Amino acid sequence: MIDNLMTALGAEFVQLSLTPTLIGILAAVACALPGNFLLLRRQALIGDAISHVVLPGIVAAFLVTGTITAVPMMLGAGAAAIVAVVMIEIVKRLGRVEPGAAMGLVFTTLFAAGVLFLEITDTSSVHIDVQHALLGNLESLIWFDAEGWQSLVDPAALATLPPQLPRLALVLVGIGLFIVLFWKELKISTFDAAFAGAIGIRTGLLSFALVVATAIAAVAAFDAVGSIIVIAMFVCPPASARLMTNQLGRQVGWSVVFATISAILGYVFAGYGPGWFGSPYAVSAAGMIATISGIIMLLACLFGPQRKRVGQQAEA
Amino acid sequence: MRNAELIAEAGKIVDVAGKDAPLTVRGLTVSYGNKPAVFSVDASIPAGSMTAIIGPNGAGKSTFLKGALGVVPRLSGEVRIFGKPFHEARDRVAYVPQRASVDWDFPARVIDVVLMGLYGSVGLLRLWRARHREQAMACLDRVGMNDFADRQIGQLSGGQQQRVFLARALAQNAEFYLLDEPFAGVDAATERAIVSVLKDLKSEGRTVVCVHHDLSTVPEYFDRVLLINVRRIAEGPVDTTFTAENLQETYGGRLAATHIDELRLA
Amino acid sequence: MSFLDYFISALLLQAGYNSALVAVGAGLLGLSAGSAGAFIFLRKRALVSDAISHATLPGVGLAFMIMVAFGSDGRWLPGLIIGSAISSAIGLILVEWITRKTRLTEDAAIGAVLSVFFGFGIVLLTIIQTMSSGRQAGLENFLLGSTAGMLISEATTIAVAGALAAAFVFLLRRPMTLVAFDPEYAATTGVNVRNIDLAMMGLALIVTVIGLKIVGLILIVALLIIPPVTARFWTNQVGPMIGISALVGGISGYIGAVLSAAEASIPTGPIIVLVAFGFFMISALFSPLRGALASALRHQRFQRRVHRRQGLLALSRREPIYDGLTLRILRRSGMIRRDGVATLRGRTASEKASRDEARWAMARRILPDDSAIERYDGLTPIERMMTSDQIAEIDRMLAEKQGASA
Repeated sequence: MIDNLMTALGAEFVQLSLTPTLIGILAAVACALPGNFLLLRRQALIGDAISHVVLPGIVAAFLVTGTITAVPMMLGAGAAAIVAVVMIEIVKRLGRVEPGAAMGLVFTTLFAAGVLFLEITDTSSVHIDVQHALLGNLESLIWFDAEGWQSLVDPAALATLPPQLPRLALVLVGIGLFIVLFWKELKISTFDAAFAGAIGIRTGLLSFALVVATAIAAVAAFDAVGSIIVIAMFVCPPASARLMTNQLGRQVGWSVVFATISAILGYVFAGYGPGWFGSPYAVSAAGMIATISGIIMLLACLFGPQRKRVGQQAEA
Repeated sequence: MRNAELIAEAGKIVDVAGKDAPLTVRGLTVSYGNKPAVFSVDASIPAGSMTAIIGPNGAGKSTFLKGALGVVPRLSGEVRIFGKPFHEARDRVAYVPQRASVDWDFPARVIDVVLMGLYGSVGLLRLWRARHREQAMACLDRVGMNDFADRQIGQLSGGQQQRVFLARALAQNAEFYLLDEPFAGVDAATERAIVSVLKDLKSEGRTVVCVHHDLSTVPEYFDRVLLINVRRIAEGPVDTTFTAENLQETYGGRLAATHIDELRLA
Repeated sequence: MSFLDYFISALLLQAGYNSALVAVGAGLLGLSAGSAGAFIFLRKRALVSDAISHATLPGVGLAFMIMVAFGSDGRWLPGLIIGSAISSAIGLILVEWITRKTRLTEDAAIGAVLSVFFGFGIVLLTIIQTMSSGRQAGLENFLLGSTAGMLISEATTIAVAGALAAAFVFLLRRPMTLVAFDPEYAATTGVNVRNIDLAMMGLALIVTVIGLKIVGLILIVALLIIPPVTARFWTNQVGPMIGISALVGGISGYIGAVLSAAEASIPTGPIIVLVAFGFFMISALFSPLRGALASALRHQRFQRRVHRRQGLLALSRREPIYDGLTLRILRRSGMIRRDGVATLRGRTASEKASRDEARWAMARRILPDDSAIERYDGLTPIERMMTSDQIAEIDRMLAEKQGASA
């Protein structure tokens, strides 16, 4: 048993599973953090809209630069997210329509434009994989040069870490800092925007910063888990966490725990689960992470200590 | 007469309230869509007064308050708070929005909400400390809510929620309090508690303005009234302004003559 | 044959039986999506359909696996449609359940259901890819839609189902209009609001599953949202709005399918969405009723009227004017001189404005229940809203009041 565990966590683990697991955790937590505030602001679906426009952003970046390297792609996706948010705001004001309809209109249009441009321009020389952008490919982010735990202190091996890992770590630190430094402002303006405005908090700017943080998380994470499954990370851990506690700080803490559990269990089940059923193949890790986060949320909906609104107790 | 001379003259006389009055509003217009909710309203609130803004439903009372504080955009008009633009006098003002304007299901305790009032005295990028907590507890004590400090806000009754909002405003330690419908949907005990706190504020020399809807309590609670029905109908001391004629003009036929008779009018 | 020639012949349904059938099917799909979407939009639940559409994926996967287990090749379209309908119905029920039973709001429930179902669907697709019969399943076409190589039987299925959905909307239009417009009133007239809501969502579900093959599950929601938003710019009435929405959806579906038939590299789903978006842009900018240009002009005119009126009232009361825009407007219309002194014209106009204010104030006192008081926008002269008899009465009262105070 112990031997098995040691082998399981040995050289092969470091090479094949350590980095995808870490990347999954970082991506999930980076999305769950801003997701807490989106949830309380009734903006959970901003994450939905932003994730859908990642693909057109990448296509636009390719059309402009002609390459598919990481930096222009991420800039393109980030720009698309901001364009989308601005467009949603315009459609909302112009058409005086509810936010949901405005979001649906904007993100489907941008997504359609992205797919169309991808199909009609000559991308035969390079490979932009729509499915990859939508579904991610966590399993491929292995640490090829790792030979075991000792590689963690080997600069040569460390240099060959998948670039997504340091990138996501940086993004997570950035988002974490944003939330810690502006905790008061985020909390007050989320609870009572009119009061926040009256005491001098720049509520408009703060909302925009939150959207930018969301966009950065979505862009950094889509590479690993795909742009649709990112939505699960924005919504499910914070929503489950809300049902566990009535304090904002603890809610954020729970959401980090749930995001981490989803990432670890999702990756493990995707890789080893089919083997338990005698299948030699693995299934999509990103899909499995979303599925686990959904199961956690289902459990929270059924058993979370604070699952009900006050006054709802009697009805159930 | 030339406009420049008129301005100069107006500067000399100033309003009854004085040049550095807590609130001076000239020609405030706010519209939602293409219909003014508040049209060209002038008002001046003197220091140390307690003013009720009254008028029928949908007459723009709350909009006037929000427009004056810049919470909603103004179409035209000029607002001075203590003789300055609002953003320069922000520290001296405490605003209490309508209770129903926030989501009380928000994950926070009573003490967390009161601490929000201390925002101005906590440094940028800093968090609340024990000393702030003590101040917040003192404010809760003033509204009789110190036993509820750790209660989840969603579990409070309407009156308790309103007291928490008032405690948050007290935490701001402002000179000028603007309250939007503080007595809407609260129990009698809460109403008494709030009135006594507001009267204390007044006796400390602070200024209070409330959007108010219960005409029968106006003479008891307030010393000045501002009557609004989209336009300003009248403004002044309760003794001379809270008259049957002004009320008739403010409320039109919606206020039955018999009702007016029952009020303790000037 | 050039693209244009082909486009025109396809538009006229002369480019082959198969593409004609696809175009008609897409048109009918758009028509039913546009009308069903109008009700959902009015009910402010546009993005519930996003959850419905993403929740189809596991159903497609499971239906495929079950059909393969029973020895078929698994690609039979009606079977896949039934599977997707079942799983999206489960998704819909979960959205309702989460919103009703927990403190979470509908948007969170939508986001959770759409992403988790989609994620689970992807897990199933990766399992199918490892099955021997799954390699050419082409199920990923359901993500973005594809009409290339569509079988005649499939096109017929879509056209018939689209026609049925449109008929369903037509039958239920009265109670659905009532519920969308005013659910509380609808309930008092004996309409079962919950059932009608379910029917609306059921309709969205039907449109979604029959649209999967053509438009794909990520974009189908656009056909439910863009046409009603577009229609809203042209009318303030429910009936015409639903008609316009159906028309926009139908034309977008038809033109999009034809364009994609004419040029094989144009994917069907995206082009249909973009055609609909084109209609939206034109409407949003140029509709005389609620379009951006018309609204901006109206707002500017309104703002000028407000400033002009405020300025004139200030003149009549000999009050100073502080607002720069007010001064500019008065100066430009010749009401005041450069130094701010009122001209003759300005004095006349300001007296008129002041009299109008006084008349309205008196009207509020003596005619409080007159409909003109309710409709008054604060600016329109009283002569345009009340009869001369009423105004004569008002003037009489004003004179009386003045006499009394003098």
